[in-house]
Amino acid sequence: MLANSEMEKNQEVLSVDSKKIARNGALLSVQELRIWFELRRWGFGHAGYVKAVDGVTFDLHEKEAIAIVGESGCGKSSLMRAILGLHMPTKGDVVFQGKKVSQLSGRELRAYRSNVGYVQQDPYGALAPFMDVSRILSEPLIVNGVKSKVEREQRIRKVMEEVKLFPVDDFLRKYPHMLSGGQQQRVVIARSLVLEPKLIVADEPVSMLDASVRVEILKLLRNLQEIHNLAVIYITHDLSTVRYFSERIFVMYAGKLVETALVSDMLKNPLHPYTHALLAGTSDPDAKNAETFKEVPPGEPPSLITPPPGCRFHPRCPHFIEGLCEVEEPPDFELEPQHFTKCWLYK
Amino acid sequence: MNNNNHSLLHIEDLVLHFRTQKGLVQAVDGVSFDLGQKEAMVVLGESGCGKTSLAKAILRLLPRNVGTYSGKVYLDGVEIMGMGDEEFRKNVRWAKISMVPQAAMNSLNPVLKVGEQVAEPLMVHAGMRKESAINEAKRMFQHVGVPLNFINRYAFELSGGMRQRVAIAMSLVTAPRLIILDEPTSALDVLTQANIFNVLKRIKHELEVGFILITHDIATSSELADSVAVMYAGQIVERSDAHRFFTAPLHPYSQMLMASVPRLREDKEPEFITGQPPSLLDLPTGCRFASRCPYRFEKCDQDPPLFKKDKRFVKCWLHS
Repeated sequence: MLANSEMEKNQEVLSVDSKKIARNGALLSVQELRIWFELRRWGFGHAGYVKAVDGVTFDLHEKEAIAIVGESGCGKSSLMRAILGLHMPTKGDVVFQGKKVSQLSGRELRAYRSNVGYVQQDPYGALAPFMDVSRILSEPLIVNGVKSKVEREQRIRKVMEEVKLFPVDDFLRKYPHMLSGGQQQRVVIARSLVLEPKLIVADEPVSMLDASVRVEILKLLRNLQEIHNLAVIYITHDLSTVRYFSERIFVMYAGKLVETALVSDMLKNPLHPYTHALLAGTSDPDAKNAETFKEVPPGEPPSLITPPPGCRFHPRCPHFIEGLCEVEEPPDFELEPQHFTKCWLYK
Repeated sequence: MNNNNHSLLHIEDLVLHFRTQKGLVQAVDGVSFDLGQKEAMVVLGESGCGKTSLAKAILRLLPRNVGTYSGKVYLDGVEIMGMGDEEFRKNVRWAKISMVPQAAMNSLNPVLKVGEQVAEPLMVHAGMRKESAINEAKRMFQHVGVPLNFINRYAFELSGGMRQRVAIAMSLVTAPRLIILDEPTSALDVLTQANIFNVLKRIKHELEVGFILITHDIATSSELADSVAVMYAGQIVERSDAHRFFTAPLHPYSQMLMASVPRLREDKEPEFITGQPPSLLDLPTGCRFASRCPYRFEKCDQDPPLFKKDKRFVKCWLHS
């Protein structure tokens, strides 16, 4: 485990150095990705864009777990859908194993999707209520041309054991409404794993679950990630679970990644004022919390149709520098190795 | 536990069972506690442990399939369980005890302006005229930090955090003695959550009001709690002040619950609780947590009473 993360660190450093030259080596590379949704007036007239994702760049290596943290409406779900090949990028690309996802043909796209598993946020909504567990899990296999019934059955049993749905025979014939929330989420995870993907995209996989089950599901995911050498993108707004789950963390605000770092660096030394605010807003159980007020930046996240000029956080920022923050957009500043932030405070 | 002269809410042996085709669901099964004046109590527990049913039992918001509904509830020393339904509706519900139900922000009426909705309880309960009720609503908007010009807006024009504030304003407007909040922040973002808790803290300092906060989010619950009640399978298994609870909980279930919280500032691997809570249809005799408890011994086959230990209560034989 330790050696593993060492290795990843080295890989990481390499990739940062070679960033501008080539993007080989990365399993998934998101390059200057923009996803804009056009707003229309009266059917034809153009009324601007919702800039849900606006220039996001990162590399994801094999076996690496990253977390994307941000509030609702910051574009993290659009980013996720673009990675899954469900949105066409307006500009930029999602490159998986050297191939641009936007240029894949129908058959290639299907192959791509079998390489990328998706764990939905709401397990009950993600499972068809009229299918039993065995049908839910065999569907992806049928779609991807596993014709032998015996093989399908074997693979389903294997994956159910991996997500600890014991005893398998009992669960095979159950329908989603007969399962508890945690068990439903296990079925969703099993479905995402049944095609043996290389990458799992987990969109708030535990936010709908009970607190005591959350840890269990997160540990299960972490375990599966290590067994299968999976890369995982974990999308969440809950900072306290991130450190147990991923190596790197990306903080997203209004369509941009404002800070990217190793989780330990981020917790020790957060840079961007927005990251500070997120950390301050997250509580640990402590009776002393009740005695003080929390510091929360005023206002709300900006409209993505007309985002503020310059730094998008400047109207809420306590360290606002007049004449700079609202004029020019901050580039990425690297303060430690692999620790980037888009903030003029660190120029 | 009999000093109900001083306490805001005093509950004795509250029982709420539901009739279903499969049998009796014992959602609230013999709950007793005391809530002091201006005290904020947090009710913690897994989903399905009867937290919401407890709130509904206090407010007498009952569905049609009620089996047993009994016990004694004293509000400021006055017994309210014996009141007739009409009297209860007029004098207690929303007049003395108000509630912010789960997902309240999504249940605002879409065709009414939010100001009118906040004013409505005053018009119904206090018989106030509309103009003065709206003025009162404006005052509440200031308390919860909603800009005054939002008073003429509709719910869909507000963000989630603002709608939640409106729901809180609605519960405050009749100047109740007690507010019951059911998962007030579970669907909100981190910063919005922090904002809402700031609002609740401010209300707590400024107004003479007690809180019952129902949640499964232990970390954020500590933002408001003076005291804690842990519920398991329809019963309160621990009742304690917040300081001692968050540092050293007594009941094995509370200890495991605390250990399952992921922490941002401490290097502690969270542990999950194995097994599942018992079905409320078919409860075990003896301690209801026994099957999941690591400290189980012979005595656990009998139902433990609520033991008192330095002003804390715990339902576990380990503390007899």
